[in-house]
Amino acid sequence: MGQEISRRTFLRGGIAAAAGLAAGSIPGAAAAAAPQEKTQLATLLDIGKCIGCGACVEACNETNAHKYPNPQKPFPKMYPNRVPVEDWSEKQDVDDRLTPYNWLFVQNATVNINGEEQEITLPRRCMHCVNPPCVKLCPWGAARQLDNGISRIDSDICLGGSKCKKVCPWDIPQRQTGTGLYLDILPSFAGNGVMYKCDRCYDQIADGQLPACIEACPEDVQTIGPRDEILQKARALAKETNGYIYGEKENGGTNTIYVSPVPFEELNKAIEKGKGKPHLKPVKDTMAQANNLTTAMVLAPVAGIAAAVGKFVKLTKSSE
Amino acid sequence: MRVQQTTISKVPDRTVRYVYWITVFLLTLTGFGQMPIFKRYYIADIPGLGWLAQFYVTHYIHYLAAILILALVAYMTIDYLILQRKHLRLTASGYVRGAILAGILVSGLLLVIRNLAGSRLDPRFIIFLDLAHLGLVITFLTIAGYCLIFKKQWTNAR
Repeated sequence: MGQEISRRTFLRGGIAAAAGLAAGSIPGAAAAAAPQEKTQLATLLDIGKCIGCGACVEACNETNAHKYPNPQKPFPKMYPNRVPVEDWSEKQDVDDRLTPYNWLFVQNATVNINGEEQEITLPRRCMHCVNPPCVKLCPWGAARQLDNGISRIDSDICLGGSKCKKVCPWDIPQRQTGTGLYLDILPSFAGNGVMYKCDRCYDQIADGQLPACIEACPEDVQTIGPRDEILQKARALAKETNGYIYGEKENGGTNTIYVSPVPFEELNKAIEKGKGKPHLKPVKDTMAQANNLTTAMVLAPVAGIAAAVGKFVKLTKSSE
Repeated sequence: MRVQQTTISKVPDRTVRYVYWITVFLLTLTGFGQMPIFKRYYIADIPGLGWLAQFYVTHYIHYLAAILILALVAYMTIDYLILQRKHLRLTASGYVRGAILAGILVSGLLLVIRNLAGSRLDPRFIIFLDLAHLGLVITFLTIAGYCLIFKKQWTNAR
């Protein structure tokens, strides 16, 4: 039995069944609900099924509204003047891009399939990288990766320096000024609010529920499950539909796997890109470059010890 | 087995000392570069310093400098233990600086492990490591500055 779980199968089985499964082979959302579970869960997005209805966006907003920022105004005067104020509190209804109040949006592309022009739509949100640079390079540990593969930003700790956005290959996190811990430290000189992004409804998953976007989708576009199984399913789907995969290798691998009927190179050309509108380009493993030096770091003390011992031996011999 | 006194007095020689200072400078610069401050405060606007605002560049150079300091610290520690200890003794400030440096290296190595895919350090421990690494560096630089001004050496002749 496949361990991945979609909205319909989840609802059909109900939470009780999911809990029962958790005690056994631990599938999908049930696996995420088990705190001891260490498996990274991934989502598969079958773009061919998406009709762009926006139900996922709406559900995301409803479910996560309690996590959205509530900034204090007027904002503290910030020094130097170049520090940008980023205020989305008056534009909370914007849903055609990522903002601190919109963690998921539907991207559109007009592409040519077998000589026929077709409109393709796909939900876009955080990719939840296997080794997320936003988490690993956060200078304060405000971003964290959960054992089930979710990367999330702790809005109680984040200072809004936006480093996570700069190191994210897709520029996913979005900043809201005037909220968060920085207001209690040196609001004029350090920090600038809080960064917000999709947390894949970590709290819902902890309660044995599916993320809102998966649960609300009328077309079952998304499936969630252990990453290796989701990858198998994505490969099988791609083979069956002559489709293409995105997210398997991007940035060293992500926990969001798209399968598309058209090459992602074409999709990337066709989608609107820019601020809050991530691309679909190939992405090299951003953490790998430095991580490849780890072996040298382990060997460095050995080299130092060898040099000191070598010097000792040399001096001993010359003095005899 | 006897080692000539004249040879020992040259150790750590000037080259090792200069490499150590340059490495500490690079580590400090790229370490502070992990915080988003160099662009905000115009440092990265200075011609030739634009790279200080590029997090992946500072991160990589920090790793390279860390490799160098790990080799240097291992070399100087073993050299002291097997060659120098008979003739030199660590001063109080030497012990303090050595202990803080060890703390910086250990916390740094744990953060390197944190950066590997699949590492599972507790998020609260990571926050502690981030703050401890920074706090120890600031303490080390403060004490190093004091020792430089008041000419406090790492070691004295026995």
